Amino acid sequence: MTEIVSDATGRKPTTRRRRKTGGITHIVVFLAPAVLIYTVFSIYPLVESLRLSLFAGQPDGSAVWTGLGNYARLLFDANWAVRFWNALWNNLILFFIHMVVQNPLGLLLAALLSLAPRFGGAYRTLIFVPTLLSVVIVGFVWELILSPLWGVAEGMMAAVGLGWLYAPWLGLEGSALTAVSMISVWQYVGIPMMLIYAALLSIPDELLDAARVDGLSGAAIFWKVKLPLILPTLGIVAILTYIGNFTLAFDLIYSIQGVLGPPDYSTDIMGTLMFRTFFGQQTQIGDIYMGATVACMMFFIILIGVGLYLVGVQRRLTRYEM
Amino acid sequence: MNTVDTTRARRGRMGRIGTAAGVHAVLLTYTLIAIFPVVIVVLNSFKNRRGIFTEPLALPTAETFSTEGYATVLNQGNFLLYYGNSLIVTIVSLFLILLCGAMAAHALSEYRFKLNTLLGVYLILGIMVPIRLGTVAILQLMVDLSLVNTLVSLILVYTAQGLPVAIFILTEFMRTLSRDIKDCARVDGLSEYRIFFEVVLPLIRPVLATVAVFSMIPIWNDLWFPLILASSDATKTVTLGVQQFIGQYTVNWSAVLASLSIAILPVLVLYAIFSRQLISGITAGAVKG
Repeated sequence: MTEIVSDATGRKPTTRRRRKTGGITHIVVFLAPAVLIYTVFSIYPLVESLRLSLFAGQPDGSAVWTGLGNYARLLFDANWAVRFWNALWNNLILFFIHMVVQNPLGLLLAALLSLAPRFGGAYRTLIFVPTLLSVVIVGFVWELILSPLWGVAEGMMAAVGLGWLYAPWLGLEGSALTAVSMISVWQYVGIPMMLIYAALLSIPDELLDAARVDGLSGAAIFWKVKLPLILPTLGIVAILTYIGNFTLAFDLIYSIQGVLGPPDYSTDIMGTLMFRTFFGQQTQIGDIYMGATVACMMFFIILIGVGLYLVGVQRRLTRYEM
Repeated sequence: MNTVDTTRARRGRMGRIGTAAGVHAVLLTYTLIAIFPVVIVVLNSFKNRRGIFTEPLALPTAETFSTEGYATVLNQGNFLLYYGNSLIVTIVSLFLILLCGAMAAHALSEYRFKLNTLLGVYLILGIMVPIRLGTVAILQLMVDLSLVNTLVSLILVYTAQGLPVAIFILTEFMRTLSRDIKDCARVDGLSEYRIFFEVVLPLIRPVLATVAVFSMIPIWNDLWFPLILASSDATKTVTLGVQQFIGQYTVNWSAVLASLSIAILPVLVLYAIFSRQLISGITAGAVKG
């Protein structure tokens, strides 16, 4: 949305300059509350976590400097590495499923909505409903529906002759992660849909009229005119998906599957690993230093992803003046 | 898209009807998928145990209608208190995000000073870096400030979490405001503070509403920070309360379904009232100035 907003009148070349005013007291007063709260409760904790990740806890409660020792343990120590790589791999699968199911589905729905069908507003409003619900609620609702005890999913599939396909997906090692991912897709598809819909609406009518006069069919207009124009938005959607995948996915998995990522760690992701490491659970006592290390690894992984995107993808995207 | 052009006119009437039917078929199918789970939970929350299990897809009948689940929830759970907590946390956090965010955005978009660009980048950095990654240190900080198990701890964290996006959107918008009206106010001798509160704030009201709706959803729905910072019974939010209630009552299906409905319904009512605002907010970029 950014580029569109900034195209508005304010950025027109103008001879008027920002006014230089006398004192700076009011500037400080305006900025201080936001800078203060943000620095203390957002930036400082992050920096402090980075610092903590360089220490190791001792049995007597003190901490000693270990440099990158925690990271080495996380990556190479047999007990830690197996959990770490498993969680990271599950996160990547989660991301992949969102990229191939959620975002194309969002694009399809947005493209259809942008044709301005009758009741378009109603469809848009209703499809966005799951996005508003708490992940906790979404998790339990789907757990109940998919449960073999209640049999709603099974009964409905049997009604259309697909009963033999049913399995308690959330409980099976091979399908649990996919099932959780699809629940997450169901919940969040409204966001890419809305962002892409907004981008499609912002394409000037003259451009589309010109394409029609040139004799392009509806499909050709979509693939050759609209899609290239909304590529920057698709890029933003991809990067939001990537970041959300490391943070928001925790809530869903924690509510449906608990903190261990069952069955047999098949739904364990970085968020649950961090929570477990930090607070501990039955077989393991909590360790704030290793918890901080897992958090920092997530931070680096997000940075690497965003960096790759900025360098590798965004620079190649052509932005068209609209 | 209303322009009638030759290509369109030449296309057969039947073709157009066919396309429209296809569009509606896809949209309707997905809409049903989107709301079906919500409908089925709310529907079954008004049934007795037998109704829930024998006919999960049927409407409650005179035989199966029951509000026993709601009775259990209201007797056992402290849901009114949890609602109050969620409301306090959400409203106060929103107020702080909007006030501090608008003030900072005003400073960044209105005045020229050293560090302007740098501070702007610093303040929106948080969009990229999820605040949850600092959880370990946030908990320690809250312990040091003796704010654990208080609503204040949640409010502070959510304010810090919401500020980057708010400042980003508000700064972009404020840059497009006309300068003349503020300069007029200065000529009239208004102080910089009065200009902000009496001239700028009224002008940005629509955008403030957008930011409010946007910031509200993740705060209301969050599970992570209530779980870590304020899980005591007196400070539980609805999201955490429902999560733990269901954990205890897994066998009592009517109570589980009722507690889910209790958590869903207010959100749906609010959405019904504010959906226009929310959607116009999300698609705001599309309206060209």
